[in-house]
Amino acid sequence: MTSPLVEMRDMQKSFGGIKAVDHVTIDLYPGEVVGVLGHNGAGKSVLLKMLSGALQRDGGEIYINGQKATINNPRDARNYQIETIYQYLALADNLDAASNLFLGRELVSPLGFVDDAQMEAETRKILARLNPNFRRFHTPVAGLSGGQRQSVAIARAVYFNAKILIMDEPTAALGVQETRMVAELIDQLKSEGIGIFLIDHDIHQVKLLCDRANVMKNGQLVGTVKVDDVTEDDLLGMIIAGKCPASAIPGPGALQTA
Amino acid sequence: MTDTPTDASAPPKPRNLFSALELDPRLLGMIGAFVVICLIFNFLTDGRFMTPRNIFNLTIQTASVAIMATGMVFVIVTRNIDLSVGSLLATCSAIMAMTQTWLMPDWLGLGLNHPATMPVAVLVGILAGFTIGAFQGWLIGYLTIPAFIVTLGGYLVWRNVSWHLTKGQTIGPLDENFQLFGGINGTLGETWSWVFAAVAIAVSFFALFRSRRAQVAHEFPVKPIWAELVIGAIIAAAILGLVAILNAYEIPTARLQRLYEARGQVLPAGTIEGYGIPISVLVLIVIAIIMTVVAQRTRLGRYIFAAGGNPEAAELAGINTRLLTVKVFAIMGVLCAISAIVASSRQTFHSNDIGTLDELRVIAAAVIGGTALAGGLGTIYGAILGALIMQSLQSGMAMVGVDAPYQNMVVGSVLVLAVFIDIVYRRRTGDKT
Ligand SMILES: Nc1ncnc2c1ncn2[C@@H]1O[C@H](COP(=O)(O)OP(=O)(O)OP(=O)(O)O)[C@@H](O)[C@H]1O
Ligand SMILES: [Mg+2]
Repeated sequence: MTSPLVEMRDMQKSFGGIKAVDHVTIDLYPGEVVGVLGHNGAGKSVLLKMLSGALQRDGGEIYINGQKATINNPRDARNYQIETIYQYLALADNLDAASNLFLGRELVSPLGFVDDAQMEAETRKILARLNPNFRRFHTPVAGLSGGQRQSVAIARAVYFNAKILIMDEPTAALGVQETRMVAELIDQLKSEGIGIFLIDHDIHQVKLLCDRANVMKNGQLVGTVKVDDVTEDDLLGMIIAGKCPASAIPGPGALQTA
Repeated sequence: MTDTPTDASAPPKPRNLFSALELDPRLLGMIGAFVVICLIFNFLTDGRFMTPRNIFNLTIQTASVAIMATGMVFVIVTRNIDLSVGSLLATCSAIMAMTQTWLMPDWLGLGLNHPATMPVAVLVGILAGFTIGAFQGWLIGYLTIPAFIVTLGGYLVWRNVSWHLTKGQTIGPLDENFQLFGGINGTLGETWSWVFAAVAIAVSFFALFRSRRAQVAHEFPVKPIWAELVIGAIIAAAILGLVAILNAYEIPTARLQRLYEARGQVLPAGTIEGYGIPISVLVLIVIAIIMTVVAQRTRLGRYIFAAGGNPEAAELAGINTRLLTVKVFAIMGVLCAISAIVASSRQTFHSNDIGTLDELRVIAAAVIGGTALAGGLGTIYGAILGALIMQSLQSGMAMVGVDAPYQNMVVGSVLVLAVFIDIVYRRRTGDKT
């Protein structure tokens, strides 16, 4: 096999006394969707925030395409073409869709002024692809529905040609139809060779979308499985009890069977 | 994700004249309030309120607070506050006064009213404002001390740094060229005022044309062409009207005589000349344009509003919000220095109490102008209109003979009322931001 797109080795992060992420190692290959599962507070978001640069790690190393990477802030992550769709949508409520999509990477005219017309045109183009119903380009995103806001967040990741995409519960706020839209999008991006980390509580959806899944419990990695090799009950057992099925590669957090 | 039909991207049929013009209702409301205030005072003063002379005075009285209010918009939009602007103005004023009455004439031996004195004083003042503002911004952004505390401390510190520098004394008279910024002592005169009006109208039309062309190029819905023309006509009328009024305020003959004598000429009998646009007002206009462009057309402005709307999102988007805070307060500091130029030259000397209570006026102007203390929302023109509304209330009441304590009671009540109306308006329109 080729070298992994992303490899996070021995990642650690604590807040005060709490070990939010405790020596976790996971990887991701191009064109692969890898789930990160676990109960609330297991450390899923913290683990991936270290990859997206939103949090600085206490220990561990990140390799991108086999090369050691330095990611200390969101800008570093963007330079590695890592895009993130955050659990709590990171949008500026008072700005419109285009301003949010291009936030931090505005298109500018030759004189260095922001080119709102150009940005709106690009935003219309990309959103027409992702969510043809989207029409509200001139209202602050505070006035949009959860699904519309999600479209903006996803459009941002897609527009800037992510190689590595982190999705933290991308369908938590969505209705049935919008959830299907995101699922289709994930399949499409996957076929374009993008690697996706997907945090999701919906086991059924994980079985459907992911190639592999990592389960976390209390900051530790319970184990990694190929989703086709396990049942939904196996996954639930890993999440709730930390019990690894036979086909799993157990991690430090696996329940020690006597 | 289904949208209501009113969101359709096809241009909705304009229901009436006003909706076709797509004017900001908040702006209209403020202009309406201002007009009502003017009419009421004009009635109460038997027409003395709306004379060219009084309007001229109103503009030069407003300039100093309005200049700082544009900066306060950025400060409040980023969820900060600056209580130190009046004191910072005093320190900048003291430094500039000492530069022109002691450093340049005595220490460098250039004598009084040397041509280099004014530019050097202005530069020194702006540098001082920038440095102090940036320093306060650093305390807030990097050391994460709340802005309220830093600037409350700054309020006490800079007021008394000014006192310390001048040993509590009044310094004056200021340099003659410096005094040109003071209002009545420096105006463009009639001809140049008309030239300014012509240039301003041309630029406005060009800007309208460019923005329409950009929209058409991207095939966005545009306003009907007549609506653009009406807006252009309103802008042109406003500019011409203002210049006409300022030009109609005539220079007294005795003063005109002195002006001609100073130029070595004789005043031809029967000559009448108007003051025209005061340089301090010109400074305000230029600052208003620059600040509006920064707010709407630069990355800095975009980041200021983004950080105010959702600081976390701004940071996740790779924006350095700490440095942004430093920049915002540095801009505020520079504007305090510019206000210090206008305020001290208007009274022709530096005094210990210069800028006292300005922090409250400046914050009130920004807030009356629609800047939300919750952050993320505010406009430059709103803040300037807010300053103008407050100043006209105050001058109007003074003309009617209301005592100062009662004036303050009215202005305070208006501040609270204005914010309340804004809240009700937003609730009605369902506008969460
Ligand atoms: N910024 C922070 N400061 C302090 N503690 C934090 C912070 N972020 C996360 N934690 C703690 O780290 C632990 C892991 O949190 P994390 O957000 O990764 O959970 P999660 O697995 O994403 O849960 P959920 O499914 O609820 O999103 C929790 O105990 C949480 O309280
Ligand atoms: Mg989470």
